[in-house]
Amino acid sequence: MSDAIRTDSEMLQSPGLTERMLSALRRAAGKLAEEPLGLAGFAIIVLLLLVAAFAPLIAPYDPTAQALSNALQPPSFTHLAGTDEFGRDIFSRLLYGSRITIQTIFFVSIIVGPIGLVIGVVSGFFGGRTDAILMRATDIVLSFPSLILALAFAAALGASLSTAIIAISLTAWPPIARLARAEALVVRNADYVAAARLYGASRLRILFLYIAPMCVPSVIVRLTLNMAGIILTAASLGFLGLGAQPPAPEWGAMISSGRKFMLDYWWVAVMPGIAILLTSLAFNIVGDTLRDIMDPRHARS
Amino acid sequence: MIRVENLDVAFRHGQSSHHVVREVSLSVARGETLGIVGESGCGKSTLLRSLAGLEGGWTGRIWFDGREVGKVRGREELKLAQMVFQDPYGSLHPRHRIGTALAEPLRAMAYRDDRQRVLQALRQVGLPADFANRFPHELSGGQRQRVAIARALILSPPILLLDEPTSALDVSIQAEVLNLLADQREERNLTFVLVSHDLAVVAHMCDRVLVMKDGAFVDELTKDDLHRGVAHDGYARELFEASFL
Repeated sequence: MSDAIRTDSEMLQSPGLTERMLSALRRAAGKLAEEPLGLAGFAIIVLLLLVAAFAPLIAPYDPTAQALSNALQPPSFTHLAGTDEFGRDIFSRLLYGSRITIQTIFFVSIIVGPIGLVIGVVSGFFGGRTDAILMRATDIVLSFPSLILALAFAAALGASLSTAIIAISLTAWPPIARLARAEALVVRNADYVAAARLYGASRLRILFLYIAPMCVPSVIVRLTLNMAGIILTAASLGFLGLGAQPPAPEWGAMISSGRKFMLDYWWVAVMPGIAILLTSLAFNIVGDTLRDIMDPRHARS
Repeated sequence: MIRVENLDVAFRHGQSSHHVVREVSLSVARGETLGIVGESGCGKSTLLRSLAGLEGGWTGRIWFDGREVGKVRGREELKLAQMVFQDPYGSLHPRHRIGTALAEPLRAMAYRDDRQRVLQALRQVGLPADFANRFPHELSGGQRQRVAIARALILSPPILLLDEPTSALDVSIQAEVLNLLADQREERNLTFVLVSHDLAVVAHMCDRVLVMKDGAFVDELTKDDLHRGVAHDGYARELFEASFL
């Protein structure tokens, strides 16, 4: 008898966090293997992350070292993507620029995701006046064009990467809040929430342990799809000179400076353009694939 | 054990109001099982949800165990009555493991999070202990309903409110779940209120049956009446004839 109890309690030890995450990852990887396009997207993003992490080791030149005698060289084996008007190696600048891009995406996502999720879930769960107030606030923010707001921010706080991040974050949360609210509206009427009310779970407990977990997958998918937009907005801000400041190798800013020479020296503007295109395309594909993996309702036929 | 006086439920949408339950009164003795039958939309589920405290729009008075309960219930009042829902697929949180689902009532009621107790609850409903680490989607409908029953019983309530607990299950599984409920009733001297439109289930489980139509009770039948197929009211007779064909 005592043996039986001991083995029971051993079995009851829930698997550790690492083990659980590993099994979830394995399941996701299995599904991913069936989506070659999604796999390609993931590969590009992993590559981007590696490049950002090891830029100093990979880059053949210093991204800010000027060599005026070497200016505007076409792509060759010494300069894979050519050089710009100051003779800086564009390939090295692109590699370093991925750091700025990743940084922007990362900070915007960790600001926007939780804010959108909490506002949406609270509004959907509590309903009534809370819902009305939060959703009208969302509507108001939604009607701000993020570029114009960023312009205002840059005017007020000075142009820099962090200003761009704040400006993008301020305008990027409403779609996420709306999505989370729609999910919460469905989930709050579920029987398991009624059961939780019956056994005395507090409203906050229901909100964060029952309703929020159900909204997280779609929020993650939406965030990933948003990342493409974030990259483009960040590049636009850089192009307008409101993002990272020279000589930082921001991709949008690189296009902007290359614009003057574009007709005679195409690579100066086209190379960063390709980088932006590839990255945002990869995030779009990955977002789509994540939706297929995490949400069986959107399963492909 | 349960006493209800003049319970009235109306849903209001702006100007129009929809009267669902009309001034019903009932009482259930300790250890007794009361069945409430009626066709869909007659208000039986609403009545049960009002008893449980899930509906807020009722008037009247409700006593559990000699103690009057209101619309907003405290912990002690919630511990008096728990509910088992109709759909075992919707009543368990899809991202909570079974062990978590069973431990949640204990945590919410600020008991010590006792794994032994969770384990015991699983054993009582005839499920192996290693189910604690499974997710609801890894269980069959009958197994999920067992978990739902275990969850309702883990706070040891004297009253169990059953909202069509077997109608979403396969016929062979229905009998298992009903037997489990009957066993638990014996063991813990539970008081049941069973809402169903399945007269066979009601006849099997209940000591007394109330027939509901348009939000009011039209007939009361004893177990004897049920077995002999006697009904006093025209509507109840119609209902019985339709189901025993």
